[in-house]
Amino acid sequence: MNILYDERVDGALPDVDRQALLQALQSRLPGLEILHQQEELKPYECDGLSAYRTTPMLVVLPRHIDEVQGVLRVCHELHVPVVARGAGTGLSGGALPLEKGVLLVMARFNNILGIDPAARTARVQPGVRNLAISQAAAPFGLYYAPDPSSQIACSIGGNVAENAGGVHCLKYGLTVHNVLKVDILTVDGEHLSLGSNALDAPGFDLLALFTGSEGLLGVITEVTVKLLPKPQTAKVLLAAFDSVEKAGRAVGDIIAAGIIPGGLEMMDNLAIRAAEDFIHAGYPVEAQAILLCELDGVEADVSDDCDRVRQVLQQAGATEVRQAKDEAERVRFWAGRKNAFPAVGRLSPDYYCMDGTIPRRELPGVLHAIAELSNEYGLRVANVFHAGDGNMHPLILFDANQPGELERAENLGGKILELCVKVGGSITGEHGVGREKINQMCAQFNSDELTLFHAIKAAFDPSGLLNPGKNIPTLHRCAEFGAMHIHGGQLPFPELERF
Amino acid sequence: MRGPEDFDDSQLLLEQVNQALENATPLRIQGSNSKGFLGRTTAGEILDTRAHRGIVSYDPTELVITARCGTPLSELALALDAAQQMLPCEPPSFGDGATVGGMIACGLSGPRRPWSGSVRDFVLGTRVITGQGKLLRFGGEVMKNVAGYDLSRLMTGSYGCLGLITEVSLKVLPKPRKVLSISLEMDPERALLRLAEWGQQPLPISAACHDGTHLHLRLEGGEGSVAAAHERLGGERLDASYWEDLNEQRLSFFDEDQPLWRLSLPHNTPRLSLPGRQLIDWGGAQRWLKSDAEAAFIRQVVDEVGGHVTCFSHGLTDTPFQPLPPALMRYHRNLKQQLDPRGIFNPGRLYAEL
Repeated sequence: MNILYDERVDGALPDVDRQALLQALQSRLPGLEILHQQEELKPYECDGLSAYRTTPMLVVLPRHIDEVQGVLRVCHELHVPVVARGAGTGLSGGALPLEKGVLLVMARFNNILGIDPAARTARVQPGVRNLAISQAAAPFGLYYAPDPSSQIACSIGGNVAENAGGVHCLKYGLTVHNVLKVDILTVDGEHLSLGSNALDAPGFDLLALFTGSEGLLGVITEVTVKLLPKPQTAKVLLAAFDSVEKAGRAVGDIIAAGIIPGGLEMMDNLAIRAAEDFIHAGYPVEAQAILLCELDGVEADVSDDCDRVRQVLQQAGATEVRQAKDEAERVRFWAGRKNAFPAVGRLSPDYYCMDGTIPRRELPGVLHAIAELSNEYGLRVANVFHAGDGNMHPLILFDANQPGELERAENLGGKILELCVKVGGSITGEHGVGREKINQMCAQFNSDELTLFHAIKAAFDPSGLLNPGKNIPTLHRCAEFGAMHIHGGQLPFPELERF
Repeated sequence: MRGPEDFDDSQLLLEQVNQALENATPLRIQGSNSKGFLGRTTAGEILDTRAHRGIVSYDPTELVITARCGTPLSELALALDAAQQMLPCEPPSFGDGATVGGMIACGLSGPRRPWSGSVRDFVLGTRVITGQGKLLRFGGEVMKNVAGYDLSRLMTGSYGCLGLITEVSLKVLPKPRKVLSISLEMDPERALLRLAEWGQQPLPISAACHDGTHLHLRLEGGEGSVAAAHERLGGERLDASYWEDLNEQRLSFFDEDQPLWRLSLPHNTPRLSLPGRQLIDWGGAQRWLKSDAEAAFIRQVVDEVGGHVTCFSHGLTDTPFQPLPPALMRYHRNLKQQLDPRGIFNPGRLYAEL
């Protein structure tokens, strides 16, 4: 089932007179940069999920928050859908434009408004890059903890909209745990401050509700994040295993020993080989799985924990345990993992990255099932896994130039996500639903739950003009999706509630 | 792990809510009523959640515990203790029978909050009976889950005004290997300066309270880091029970007759000049005030530094929670209207308009 906006199942969008809209924006906001020529629109037709493209009706690039407010007011009056976009690095198509909508690019709001070392906060505009915050905080010995792999390019506004994660979530949390306050504009351009400069705020926790709401409830105009003191030291252990089951059990054993690593990553054999070919990190290419375990904190504690983890890994049956002997080797161990996606990309013309989460105990069974699905669909799958927090990133290898392969990859991906739901997990741990997983939302939530989500949307955007079609599917879409999935009169997961 | 009183009472709770929906009867959701003094006085038929109790699942290696709303917090603590784990946000009980549901609905956190995160930070998933009379599930038992809106965290701290939480899954963590509490004699101004300075360093502080003459600190971590911090900071040993007495408001500071106010402030707020006595907690971000000053005056002083105030003395003011700006209140009303259209869940508990 195609994921591009389909008015038949996703809801009719208002027909807009493009020329009238352009004139209204030009006359009301004379300083606003507007792109409307076909060749200017082209670069904005997709975000990080580049397999799906739609040319937006118009692109606006405001430089002042007043202009954002003006755009929202004009669009609200003329009943035009608005899709907000930060750096465009999102992997779920959350910023995929609409043919009948305006793409509101927030990337030019890239000023750090203030760092307060005594309060350990940074106040930033939404277009500021994730890594730029940590760089600005570094002179004070502070940093911003969430580190999605795109941190060099992704912007904080997008991080909040997607509730972005990274490799250190088990210990340091997701975006929602590291943001104090967000300023937003509602669909009709009204300003609200959610959260506060204190650790809580009166009323409902709208800050938590907006974090990860994927641009459906408002447009983020300013973010105040929490900063942490930089850990004194970080050490990495690399352990090799002759089976993924053993590696999976070792993860549980580390936790059971009362240790919370800063990062705990797993890679399977295909991912190990790809990374080693590309980066030469010194990974053991014969291993069926490796674990990378990073311990950070105060020197004395980290040394003790390294000894404990080493013992746990050996008892769990690791064929080899290595500790990075210096900073250069630590960086090299991580380089292999951090470049796993492009490394796998070298094995195949295209790859498709999944983002399901599962309870860790389910790992061996899920990996086994993924291997079976991989055979069934005739597509290779490499597995990279934030093992500490149960977030899997299976990478499906395919060739978009082969007829039908993209569709086969999508279907295989969909099956993997439904499997995650079945074992008690989620279809997305950190990339968001966007358009990409809009169909799988129907597997994770029943119609009553989706109806409640639509009610929340209606409280903030009753006209449904903010990022329509993303995050929450219509009941109509789910009904069709459900019908398609009946094979031989049997639903794939009969125990799940359906409608 | 199953207790003799474990019971799944969700169907009866659902029936009660549906009955209330049918008759438009306002409900007052209640566990042991240990936190009944918080919020506005409201009418309503009491909906007792305590029969729906028991730990549904707990796997220490997954770091997740799931419990029904009527489960006593003490039962949760026992199960976690047995596995050497804890709920890091240290929710206060304010009474023997305090329940998991009340902890989530009030969203109050203890001394570790600035370093560990709040109750809502540890909420992974909930089951909720909604204003449409349905029992639904949001979130789950995994650490990372960004599918759909984060309804579970929205419910946390909403004082039961958006629905009935019947079950919750919480992230838990291993207890620290080493805990040491110390007291240092210094005045509050100096203590706040010190805390701001130490906050920028990787010190293993997990609680910081100033009682007017002494700064009390709790150090938690590995043996090495705690010993090093102790050596550096010095101070007298303090009994660990201090933190529970602080959290449960059993210190003599809380005894006096004067009204009690909770001030939530930005981290680096200097000492505030207010009539009455103050106790500094959360390294400066939470302060307790015993004062006869007018509510409006206290609010004005706190508002000017970017904080907010909650009245912890029941019935003293009709707006125990800081009034919201009009635009924000409008969206609160919209949300209440959407999720509880018949207005049956704790109407008026948080604000008269909700």
